[in-house]
Amino acid sequence: MSIAPAEVEQTAAQAEPDRPWITIVWNDPVNLMSYVTYVFMTYFHYDREKAEKLMLDVHERGRAVVSNGTRESMERDVTAMHGYGLWATLQKDD
Amino acid sequence: MSGGFVLEPNGRVLLRLEPVERMLMLSLCEQIIELVSPEDTDPDADPLAVAVGIDEQAWTPEDPVLLRLFPEAYTEDPAASSDFRRFTERDLRQTKLKHAQTVRDGLERSGEKVLLPLSLGPSWLGFMNDVRLALGERIGIDDDFHEEVAELPEDDPRLAMVGVYDWLTYLQDSLVQIMLP
Repeated sequence: MSIAPAEVEQTAAQAEPDRPWITIVWNDPVNLMSYVTYVFMTYFHYDREKAEKLMLDVHERGRAVVSNGTRESMERDVTAMHGYGLWATLQKDD
Repeated sequence: MSGGFVLEPNGRVLLRLEPVERMLMLSLCEQIIELVSPEDTDPDADPLAVAVGIDEQAWTPEDPVLLRLFPEAYTEDPAASSDFRRFTERDLRQTKLKHAQTVRDGLERSGEKVLLPLSLGPSWLGFMNDVRLALGERIGIDDDFHEEVAELPEDDPRLAMVGVYDWLTYLQDSLVQIMLP
């Protein structure tokens, strides 16, 4: 099920057909580095090297882009990250 | 203090808890269940919306703990955040509720030895993470947290919460090490 309202989705798609959306995970002082790596490996099926690199980006740079794609799929990823307790947002890729 | 989660040769995960730790964990389950349970549906709500999980009552929470558990999905678009919340918060609450109920059920079936299949590991991880997020928000944990804690007076009520937080950090990490693919 799409969780984006249909009319908003259509307008966005018509206006910006080629700009994909991204999911960003933000740093926070509570989530464990090991847990964040576990989430990236489990949910996105990234290998350990990629998951740890993204985790370190979050930890050291404050944020990391963890996935990209359609708005619907990014909303799905953000929902999943919130389910794990990670702080995630989605936006159009700049 | 208990020694954290251990992977048994039979593929199950063992956690030994002191009676007081077990009671504490059960109490935390109840608190999270209370915190995340979806509010009673408005009797006038659109039944179709309810059936598909749309929550017309889902507002951005003012309680920082709830806001941390159910964060905004868009940083610069309040309208999109609000729509997202209406369409997803009910399911997200159910996810977190299920984690806490799974842990509570496991504890209620066990004594000081809690044995769980690996398949329940994600629920335990999610639950312990939710408790740590909630406690972290209440304690006001930030990156300089450990230096600040060292300076808290002995009778500061936050110290007890810090003890629980550190204990759960240790437990959660021990289970993550087992669950890492």
